[in-house]
Amino acid sequence: MALMTRRGAGSAGGGPRSRSQRVHARALASRVCASGARTAMASARVRAAGALARSAFSRYGHFSANGRRSLSASAALLARTHVNYEVKDNVAVIRINDPTSKVNTLTRQLQDDMMEVLNEVWGNSAVKSAVIISTKPGCFIAGANIDMIKVCKSAEEVSKLSKEGQMMFEKIEKSPIPFVAAVNGTCMGGGLEFAIACHYRVATKSKKTVMALPEVMLGLLPGAGGTQRMPKMLGLPTAFDVMLTGRSIRADKAKKMGLVHHVIDPLGPGVKDPEERLIEYLEEVAVGVAKGLAKKTVTVEKKKGLMQKVQDAVLGIPLVRNQVYKTVTQKVMKQTKGLYPAPLSIIEAVQAGVEKGPAEGYHVEAVNFGKLAMTPESRALIGLYQGQVACKKNNFGKPEREVKSLAVLGAGLMGAGIAQVTVDKGVATILKDTTTEGLARGHDQVYKGLNDKAKKKSITTFERDMTLSFLKGQLDYSGFEKVDMVIEAVFEDLSIKHKVLKEVEAVIPPHCIFASNTSALPIREIAAASKRPEKVIGMHYFSPVDKMQLLEIITTDKTSKDTTASAVAVGLKQGKVIIVVGDGPGFYTTRCLAPTLVEGIRILQEGVGPKKLDSLTTGFGFPVGVSTLIDEVGVDVAAHVAEDLGKAFGSRFGGGNVDVLKTMIQKGFKGRKSGKGCYVYSAKKKDKQVNSGTEEILKAFKLTAPPAVSGDEDVQYRLVSRFVNEAALCLQEGILADPVQGDIGAVFGLGFPPCLGGPFRFLDSFGADKLVQKMKRYEDAYGNQFTPCQLLLDYAKDPSKKFHK
Amino acid sequence: MNSLRTCPVNSSRALQFATWALSASAPLQAQAKSKKTLSKPGVRNVVLVEGVRTPFLQAGTTYADLMAHDLARGALQGLLNRTAFPKEAVDYIVYGTVIQEVKTSNVAREAALGAGFSDKTPAHTVTMACISSNQAMTTAVGLVASGQCDAVVAGGVEFMSDVPIRHSRKMRKMMLSLNRARTLGARLSLLGSLRLSHLVPELPAVSEFSTAEMMGHSADRLAAAFGISRLDQDEFALRSHVLAKKAQDEGLLTDIVDFKVPGKDIVSKDNGIRPSTMEQMSKLKPAFIKPHGTVTAANSSYLTDGASAVLIMSEEKALAMGYKPKAYLSDSFSDFLFHGKLTKMRCVSFSPTYAIPKVLERSGLTLADIDAFEFHEAFAGQVLANLTAMESDWFAQNCMGRKAKVGAPPMEKFNLWGGSLSLGHPFAATGCRLVTMVAHRLKKEGGQYGLVAACAAGGQGHAMLVEACPQ
Repeated sequence: MALMTRRGAGSAGGGPRSRSQRVHARALASRVCASGARTAMASARVRAAGALARSAFSRYGHFSANGRRSLSASAALLARTHVNYEVKDNVAVIRINDPTSKVNTLTRQLQDDMMEVLNEVWGNSAVKSAVIISTKPGCFIAGANIDMIKVCKSAEEVSKLSKEGQMMFEKIEKSPIPFVAAVNGTCMGGGLEFAIACHYRVATKSKKTVMALPEVMLGLLPGAGGTQRMPKMLGLPTAFDVMLTGRSIRADKAKKMGLVHHVIDPLGPGVKDPEERLIEYLEEVAVGVAKGLAKKTVTVEKKKGLMQKVQDAVLGIPLVRNQVYKTVTQKVMKQTKGLYPAPLSIIEAVQAGVEKGPAEGYHVEAVNFGKLAMTPESRALIGLYQGQVACKKNNFGKPEREVKSLAVLGAGLMGAGIAQVTVDKGVATILKDTTTEGLARGHDQVYKGLNDKAKKKSITTFERDMTLSFLKGQLDYSGFEKVDMVIEAVFEDLSIKHKVLKEVEAVIPPHCIFASNTSALPIREIAAASKRPEKVIGMHYFSPVDKMQLLEIITTDKTSKDTTASAVAVGLKQGKVIIVVGDGPGFYTTRCLAPTLVEGIRILQEGVGPKKLDSLTTGFGFPVGVSTLIDEVGVDVAAHVAEDLGKAFGSRFGGGNVDVLKTMIQKGFKGRKSGKGCYVYSAKKKDKQVNSGTEEILKAFKLTAPPAVSGDEDVQYRLVSRFVNEAALCLQEGILADPVQGDIGAVFGLGFPPCLGGPFRFLDSFGADKLVQKMKRYEDAYGNQFTPCQLLLDYAKDPSKKFHK
Repeated sequence: MNSLRTCPVNSSRALQFATWALSASAPLQAQAKSKKTLSKPGVRNVVLVEGVRTPFLQAGTTYADLMAHDLARGALQGLLNRTAFPKEAVDYIVYGTVIQEVKTSNVAREAALGAGFSDKTPAHTVTMACISSNQAMTTAVGLVASGQCDAVVAGGVEFMSDVPIRHSRKMRKMMLSLNRARTLGARLSLLGSLRLSHLVPELPAVSEFSTAEMMGHSADRLAAAFGISRLDQDEFALRSHVLAKKAQDEGLLTDIVDFKVPGKDIVSKDNGIRPSTMEQMSKLKPAFIKPHGTVTAANSSYLTDGASAVLIMSEEKALAMGYKPKAYLSDSFSDFLFHGKLTKMRCVSFSPTYAIPKVLERSGLTLADIDAFEFHEAFAGQVLANLTAMESDWFAQNCMGRKAKVGAPPMEKFNLWGGSLSLGHPFAATGCRLVTMVAHRLKKEGGQYGLVAACAAGGQGHAMLVEACPQ
């Protein structure tokens, strides 16, 4: 299935289109603002302990040294577990380490400990400068603690959190002694806001050192002074880019941007653990800088280049700045269709700070932060983030044998893609095809994928070559006697799948797993030809494999747990977000997609043009419109799926006429790959034109639209309700184990609007009853395709029932 | 640099260090060895008959107008002159070089013919970064041990006063197409495609191809990883210069053969030995990692021109021809250490740390049996990091997969006549310098076993055991 389904949760400002499109996926992809690992228990404990100390501090602020010390001494003994410090040569080295978690987050306890330490440091006249460093390997501060926000009941409560953060960082910024932030590892969200409140930043070039303000991806804004300091530090355009895309910035890039002053290279092994030594080394360098700052031999100011000076001068003109705000807002509106409030709030906060001064800026930031935290969009995005973290774990235990070598059958788009993500992680991979031409094409695809990375400098050409050396292309089954897993990606035809399964089983070792990359064929039917069905599993990848994050793993009732564990382990190694679903026609994702596409065809037949249909769907939040989606998936594939699933599920999967697709195929309109589908594609023209041939076909199959259910909104909800109803059916039938996987699969695999958080989150926020009401109306017009399933009816009956707690 | 060179020789601290080191070495020689000799039954003994080198000069000084093969010829001729060896008795010549002069890509052959060797003697060139001549010797030892040859000349040359700077790839491509263009029109249209960017020259890579990291940068990181301070590095560099100066003054550097530069004076001394003071050295700024690095010009080896050559023979043939061999070249081991992970690895790495235990174990010796150590000194920080690694159980267990540390060589046996930091480091010529020097030291100090170790770009290293021949 070719689904290119990603779109920014809100991105604008400077970044090219391709980047912003990738944003969302990346947003959820990785290391965002908090750790999922922390238990509620621990947070509760921490909060309780923090409350004590907090009451003391808020009252006394930072006061005279003596008073403070006597106060804090007892508190330190009791509660200071997250932050400590020592004074080295007049430099206070403040070390952060949250003992309750794998990463440091800005929890209450950490903030309270920090304030306490800061007050002691400020009270000590021998201290001339300070260094802030984390002793946690691979993590400076990963951000604010999401749970802290989630427990808040009102916008005011959240605003208060923001104000506290703002105050702490402002104290550091206005500190009488200079502060150096020594950054190694994740430095995100509140962590980066902390670092930029310091006067000087040193960062390691470790691969783990990543800086970002990813709040926008969670539907929030940088609420601890980020929207105020970033524009000053990076200039308006770059600051908008960083905050509105939430993109990750590596250390050397940060240096170039002016986000950090100094970078140091990671060290190799020495006489102790390299990471431990690196942190020590970072501290040594940072202490050196801190001493220099105190002696004024090191300056905080960076030299500005000519371009920077020109930009500053131009942006000094209020009229120009207004134009910048306008342009950025327009970009955001264009990309988000106004469905994501966070980017607009960020622009507002920045504008307030720049135009009306810091007091107003900080105020707007805090207020907007509170407002955003209460939006359903933010809840949806946070839910997706947490769901994604949950789907990056192997819940089936450690497999008995690690898959060290793998074979992929079929060097087509999918096969080569699977091979690419596998060799990328250093796993020896055989890519087998039946023709040299096919093999050469597949090899080129892998090479191109890696070479593009090299061109973007995310890997070196040497690393590219080394990675490519794990790939072995061949036409026969030699070496298959040693592989641990075979993934077939041959043509979607049961008899062909059976043929390769038998051929493969004749040569592979007994422990080897056979995985089928199919988008709709039931795995149990494929496994029927197997001598060892417990070793057969489905691994449904999405195209393009190297870009799409989702992997849908399908188990039959015969698949062994160890086979599943192995498949999940391989998928995780390939960097995938994984849902594990039960077997059945179309599994989960394809099954939700098919009725949506069929409904899309009916809407086209009813005279809504492809462009209009696209804008209706993207207007609802889908990153790709339905007409474009049909072209991307391939008209032939869509027809195949619609027909197959139509047979399996009967009239419920009816709607549009499959013959529309078949006629299109006959005329050669197979979608983007053939240059024509709903649209005409040409390499030169960016703006695609509607294919008049397809319009004629649609005219020939014209249906009369029932006026009662054909308004724009109804068209949107017809598409969405069929999607959501099918998803609910999958949960009802046990294809889906839980709603979380359902949401993740729909958003990451099919592009269900991220702002809605997935079909189940959508049901929770929209209301199952409201959807059922709409569906009943559509049912009257079209029949059983819109009959709400039992689960939906149950949830509609009792509004207190929610899929997500 | 000038201030460093002109400042007085007598840094008391380093001299103390050196004299203490020298005096301490005497009693150690009485110690019983775990093995009487390294010669193995049924294997031909391979001996070092003689080793020579041209004076090592800083790049851009007196040798500036020469070419690589000129220096190589000088070393080869010098070897012949000193040994009076009949040219036709040389069975094979192996020569190392790193930065190749494209005109003389098989510099071994060009230099051998120019030095008057027989045109019937085959010659090939090897390259293995800074251990190229170590590899040349290893090849020679193999040829002799296997009985294929009786007398092989090995050596290496490096000429840093001139390096091949190329036209850009675009320009080269155009020039090559121009060659093939048949008609005037075709030529003109090619010339018409000439852009300013075509003229940007391509300098020889200062960084390693596979890691894109410069040597000095790598050495600085290595020093940092092992916590080697700037002070330690400067002290070690000073020690090298002081000891080299002493050896030079005492006339111990007898491997040098005079070299007559056409139109200039006869060169007979190394010109990079320049003992300084700690104060002077501490003033230098870091050369690679700025501003917090620790590797400076003063504690790194410098760009050097020079060539070396050794005569390696079977013992019986050498004795039969009436030579008094200097040492047995018993066992050598080139270790390949390239961290498979896609991370930057150590270019100037601890490969000696890896190679040394392997050659010791293979020959049944322990570190205590060794009387003289000659380590290549690429950077003071790199040498000290190696010594630290050898002394570290953590490193042995976590990085080498060994149960316990190998132990580091005692400083009183270590590089007592200076090293690459002070004598200079013409990449491909250093290996033979090390082996000849250890042979000379064994003779002078009355020791039996010597150990040579060197590291090279690409994460490779070489170690070789040398045993003094009975006097």
